[in-house]
Amino acid sequence: MYNNLQNRKYIVVGAMAIIMFILLCRLFYLQLIESSYKDAADNNALRYITEHPDRGLIFDRKDSLMVYNEAAYDLMVVPNELREFDTIDLCKTLEIDKETLIKRLEKAKNYSPMIPSIFEQQMSKEACGSLQEKLFKFPGFFVQNRTLRSYPAPIAAHILGYIGEVNSNTIEEEPYYQMGDYIGISGIEKAYEEELRGVKGRRIVLVDVHNREKGSYKNGKEDVKAQPGKDLWCTLDMDLQKYGEKLMEGKRGSIVAIEPSTGEILCIVSSPSYDPNLLVGKDRSKNYVKLLRDSVKVPLFNRALMASYPPGSTFKLANGLIALQEGIINTSTSYYCGGGYNIGNHTIGCHHGGATNIVAAVQHSCNTFFCKAFYNIVSNKKKYKTIQEGYTAWRNYINGLGFGQKFNTDLPYELAGSIPTADYFDRKYSGHWNGNSIVSMGIGQGEAGTTPLQMANLLCIIANHGYYIKPHIVKAIGSKDNPNDQFSERINSGIDAKHFIPIIKGMELVMTQGTARLSNVPGLKIAGKTGTAQNPHGRDHSVFACFAPSDKPQIAVFVLVENGGWGGVVAAPIATLMLEHYLKGETSRPDVEKNILTMKFY
Amino acid sequence: MYTDPRQRISRGFDVRLIAVYLALIIIGWLAVFSSSYDPHAATGFFDFSKPYCKQLIWMGASILLAVVLLLIESRIYQYFAYHIYVVCILIMVAVLFVGTEISGAKAWIKIGSFSIQPTEFAKCATALALAKFLNEGKTVSERKNIWFLASIFLIVPIAITILQHDAGSALVFLSFIILFYREGLNQDFIIVALFAALLAVVTLMFNEVYSLALLLTTYLALWFFNRRNKKRIIRYSILLGVGIALIFAVNLAYEHILEPHQKQRIESLFGRTSDPSGIDFNITQSKIAIGSGRLFGKGIGNGTQTKYNFVPEQSTDFVFCGIGEEMGFMGSLIIFGLFGYLIFRIITLSEKQRNPFVKYYGYGIASVIFFHFVVNIGMTIGLVPVIGIPLPFISYGGSSLLSFTTMLFIFIKLNES
Repeated sequence: MYNNLQNRKYIVVGAMAIIMFILLCRLFYLQLIESSYKDAADNNALRYITEHPDRGLIFDRKDSLMVYNEAAYDLMVVPNELREFDTIDLCKTLEIDKETLIKRLEKAKNYSPMIPSIFEQQMSKEACGSLQEKLFKFPGFFVQNRTLRSYPAPIAAHILGYIGEVNSNTIEEEPYYQMGDYIGISGIEKAYEEELRGVKGRRIVLVDVHNREKGSYKNGKEDVKAQPGKDLWCTLDMDLQKYGEKLMEGKRGSIVAIEPSTGEILCIVSSPSYDPNLLVGKDRSKNYVKLLRDSVKVPLFNRALMASYPPGSTFKLANGLIALQEGIINTSTSYYCGGGYNIGNHTIGCHHGGATNIVAAVQHSCNTFFCKAFYNIVSNKKKYKTIQEGYTAWRNYINGLGFGQKFNTDLPYELAGSIPTADYFDRKYSGHWNGNSIVSMGIGQGEAGTTPLQMANLLCIIANHGYYIKPHIVKAIGSKDNPNDQFSERINSGIDAKHFIPIIKGMELVMTQGTARLSNVPGLKIAGKTGTAQNPHGRDHSVFACFAPSDKPQIAVFVLVENGGWGGVVAAPIATLMLEHYLKGETSRPDVEKNILTMKFY
Repeated sequence: MYTDPRQRISRGFDVRLIAVYLALIIIGWLAVFSSSYDPHAATGFFDFSKPYCKQLIWMGASILLAVVLLLIESRIYQYFAYHIYVVCILIMVAVLFVGTEISGAKAWIKIGSFSIQPTEFAKCATALALAKFLNEGKTVSERKNIWFLASIFLIVPIAITILQHDAGSALVFLSFIILFYREGLNQDFIIVALFAALLAVVTLMFNEVYSLALLLTTYLALWFFNRRNKKRIIRYSILLGVGIALIFAVNLAYEHILEPHQKQRIESLFGRTSDPSGIDFNITQSKIAIGSGRLFGKGIGNGTQTKYNFVPEQSTDFVFCGIGEEMGFMGSLIIFGLFGYLIFRIITLSEKQRNPFVKYYGYGIASVIFFHFVVNIGMTIGLVPVIGIPLPFISYGGSSLLSFTTMLFIFIKLNES
């Protein structure tokens, strides 16, 4: 036993020696044999270069390019790799002062001493060229390629949206993003960020102390190739969009055009707008602040989706449909119009008179008819015991027609509009109200608030005789053969198809013999409806809703011009010009077009 | 403190150990200096926020401490060994509640701008306490359950360091097994422990199927060769059960107990993941730094990998990178030579002691130093998972330097008496 323990001394020392020898062998191998470290001997370092994928392009429905990428160059800095350098030379080359330089270096250091940060953003090709020649003098700096969004035509700014650098909150929530990355902030860029952005790649290169690349690390075995973003085909017709924006110049308001059979938005104009090229590149934030502060034009505000207006007379179409569906009226019902609808000592005037049926009521926009119809819907004692029940039934129909709620498709920042609930009126009138208290809703005045998009959708329902497909903006993703079918569901409005026939008939008469006869287009069967939305803040809004051809609708257009006055004056010519432009490609009424172009409201 | 080398070793301080000690701390300071000195710094050379300046203070303090230790009466260590151990343990427990957290381990006491890690001193205290315990009463071989009782001295600090989330230091206490083995711990125990470690590694590297296969094959082989010896077969069968339990315990521990960064380190070592920007990145950079040193190195202060922070913790746990890069393989040889000699010398001197207390203590500290050395260097060259323990005498940091100084100089003093 004793001897045995004595031997253990040697075993311990021997085992220790063997272990140390193994370590030494490994060191011998690393330091003297393995050649990859010998290759790396010249002061190398690994640099992780992020390969930014090209963002997907955006085309219109006819394959015209709407958004593409342009090359730009960022000067990056890795604070830990900085050595002494000629700061004056760098300042001169970049045209910045010394304070800015120090400030930027501090910021980069605070972000991370190891990870590259952007030092100078989006240099032009020329600036980058002259810098690249002497980049070797500035160790720790390198140039990274990037792409910027560019817009061949300065249109559809609201709907295309823009991209910008991610903020730190997003970086925290989504680890995909790093400081300096771009992300869609609004519009299609935001809604389809994941499709458009692609997947970043990573290249690992060895660089020497002079900041020169020495080749790839492990022959590129660890590199990950960037996957470019998917291209998008949007539903817009670039040509129509351009034309719409031109017609709306100098006016506040919006145009929404939808293809009724698909719910595809053909054009969506919000005026005043801005040039999307302003929100790109170095001056983006400067321009953004400028646009944001423009309280006269409010160009960033997307009126087509975010402005809630009293719908005006175009809302009568909805009420007519509900009255028919509810059986309050039929095609032969006629109400006598004595030039107005009396509520106690107050009268809602009407320009029209005589016995009126639904077709004529639409044709002449008869206030009396629609007030009576609305009163009878909500006060239908046979069906609804109380006014609350009656009103709620009406409200359900209105919701079914797409009002008072968001469509929640791929459109940015939609407003739901407002269709008040029965509770609201209970509170407003302390429980004592009847059909007459709210009868102005029947003609599109009063408490109802709708967005131009919702009104355009109502037209689609009429054009489709009862259903709609949620309005959306992207047609295909990745390739034109890969349709975006997230929004192809037909939604039933709750109104039977047969009730649309008299309404459409009336709308056709609006064009030929009614309130919009001056805007009729010879040779085109149009169904239209004028509207004049009362505006407590000033002149009435001019509203017009139409679709064509009325027997086989291809396009539905809704136009609202703020403070434009009566619907037939401004909105109707614009809407019919749009129809003509889309269906015929030219206008047969150059004088009308010229007249519209010269109108300015601000 | 004049010592005549011709005198018998036991009559004076061991000059060779002191010389090795001084050489190591000087090399250590050079490595810390070259990785933290910035010639462009506005503050000049004596900037006391810089590691190399702080380290200079620690070195001064250590040498002072060494002198004091050499002057103190050596018998107090044996007499007060348990007291010192208990005090250290109590401080460690206190740190658990009032300590400061540094890189994930709540194991530090902050005093001004300096931080102290009591665990470092506990290693020395444990060595003293164990030495005293083994030296009590009858000889080791005559005492029952001695190794079980002795291991309690290890389990207490191990438990506390695990609670402090300092798994690296916890492992260090296991190095005392070397001392146990030397003093008679049953060889079978070591073999079983090594086999268990092998099973664990196989389980982590491949999966439990392989380790179960290995275990069963071994069992069947043993069963076959000892089939006439019923007693042994029963014993093997019990071990088989324990082995199976162990394999599943390892898997369970891996999935549920290990913290994500520890898992990552193990996965990285076994090549399960390739992630050059994370933990692999550190090892890759560490290996590039050492590998790029070649035979003679780049010269002190010229190591770009370490100097420009490519290597993480390049003055503390990864300090060897700087030595490998700047002094090359020759530097590695010097370090190995110095450590090899230090450990061998401590063991040789221990074996000559008449007082077993000193012998046990010597073996204890040799084991600790050896473990630190192997794990630290092994981790920088990718042979051992990244376990954050310092390289004795070399790594930047006051606690480590002071505690190893204490450890060594107590031995030098005990050896002299």
